[in-house]
Amino acid sequence: MSAVLETRDLSKQFGGFIACNNVSLSIEAGARHALIGPNGAGKTTLINLLTGFLEPSAGDVFLKGDNVTHLAQHQRVKRGLVRTFQINQLFAEMTVLESVTLSVCERLGLGWSWWKPVGAHTAAIDEAAELLATLHLLDVAHTQTRSLAYGRQRMIEIALALAAKPQVLLLDEPAAGVPTDESRELFATIARLPREVTIVLIEHDMDLVFRFADKISVLVGGALLTEDVPEVIAKDRRVREVYLGEALDG
Amino acid sequence: MASVKLDLAPLRQAAAWHWAEYAFWLMPVLAYFAFGENLSLLSQIAIAALFCLSLDLILGYAGIVSLGHAAFFGLGAYAAGLLAKYGWGDPLLGLAGAAAFAAAAGFVTSFLVLRGSDLTRLMVTLGVAMMLFEAANKLTDFTGGVDGLQGVEVKPVLGMFGFDLYGKTAYWYSLAVLFVMFWLARRLVHSPFGLSLRGIRQNVGRMPAIGAPVNGRLVVIYTIGAAYAGVAGGLLTQTTQFVSLDVLSFSRSAELLLILVLGGTGRLYGALIGSMVFMAAHHFLSDINPQYWQFWLGAALVVIVLFARDGIMGLLGKLPVPGRKPS
Repeated sequence: MSAVLETRDLSKQFGGFIACNNVSLSIEAGARHALIGPNGAGKTTLINLLTGFLEPSAGDVFLKGDNVTHLAQHQRVKRGLVRTFQINQLFAEMTVLESVTLSVCERLGLGWSWWKPVGAHTAAIDEAAELLATLHLLDVAHTQTRSLAYGRQRMIEIALALAAKPQVLLLDEPAAGVPTDESRELFATIARLPREVTIVLIEHDMDLVFRFADKISVLVGGALLTEDVPEVIAKDRRVREVYLGEALDG
Repeated sequence: MASVKLDLAPLRQAAAWHWAEYAFWLMPVLAYFAFGENLSLLSQIAIAALFCLSLDLILGYAGIVSLGHAAFFGLGAYAAGLLAKYGWGDPLLGLAGAAAFAAAAGFVTSFLVLRGSDLTRLMVTLGVAMMLFEAANKLTDFTGGVDGLQGVEVKPVLGMFGFDLYGKTAYWYSLAVLFVMFWLARRLVHSPFGLSLRGIRQNVGRMPAIGAPVNGRLVVIYTIGAAYAGVAGGLLTQTTQFVSLDVLSFSRSAELLLILVLGGTGRLYGALIGSMVFMAAHHFLSDINPQYWQFWLGAALVVIVLFARDGIMGLLGKLPVPGRKPS
């Protein structure tokens, strides 16, 4: 399989602090790839560099073979690289259907269309409604986002990303703050995504990571420590020392 | 879509005209007959409403705060005035000129408001308006400075309806322009473009992550807002046949923000109703107490901001109106 997303010697420095240190990463098409590491290891920084939220101090990002290092966020989204956020980034005053329709409209290139009302763009609305159906969100379609429980808001966070039809989906702790039973449902939803969608996952829950991922990269202090299949990572002594120690021994 | 069992009507028909809107637009027609002796006030209200609509487009929808929106109103007013003074007296042509001139200025200055926080934007917009005010003050050959621009001669509307002493033409003309501009704005805010503006206001950080070019959208709506303000300024010039320096004044910008907050942001009708209430209150309160009427205005503003944050429209929205679902 070929790499769909790749970084070469990617670095990011904030003043004297190196948040990302020469990371060369290769994500294969269709992979379920987890990024793990202790707090402050630079996982979210890496996501921010991949998506263009931050400009790297050095190094390059390649998406499907093209150098996208200097493309803006929205341009990378148009090329199929879509993320979710660790802290919900939703449209609080819109209904769930409206906000997903917004995302669908942007993907369909309707964002500049100003003459016909949203309601007349039936294809976009139908697609949004179908997506809500697959995510079991139909019952709240006409509810204002802000009035929903946190677990369901977390689902909308993912729905907005899926509406952009990602080829590579970066999930930054999708289940953070979600009660256990709901997080199981959330991961079941993620697991059901077709293999055409490559998934890069940041997650702290090791049970989930080892069940879900077919490859794991371990970041420590902004640098890539090692990467391998879950079975090997679980036995890696260095990984256990820096990160898994308490989780596995304790 | 047969596979999805969901009533899509609330979104599909969100842009349909509500009966209350038809009723609303009957008011200015009835007002013509009820307050026929006060047509100049009614024209002023229509112009203020158009100006306020322009701020609602950029603030209420796109979330760009401005304390200098009079810059574009003033540019439009001078553009229409100078066009008419130097022989281009056709009113619609004058409005087109006012819109184009203000839009050009809006486009250029939009790049200054793209970055930065609300406070930065307040200061930048304030600064731009101050510079324009002093420039107009200084360029007396061009603008007449503090004496105002004289000699504005406006031809009949469509070559048929001359501006009369009673202000009948001025009123119907202002109202017609307001309605057409409102109708266009209403289309815009209900479109996918309008939805993306609401997205920007509600969460500017998420928009690029769903593929929306935020800066491009902001440049366009700021330019459109400036054009709207320019048309309002042009209307004032044409209906009064005069341009005074205070079209660019700080108090005009500040008052505008106040009117919009009073009426309610992000609903278009808030801008219209706010203007009606403000101008009427101004008229009656300053009749009763010419010196201190702003006291009551200040009091009303404090009460609105503290207890009814969505303004008059927010309060109206809480009334049980047939045909509207409680929100």
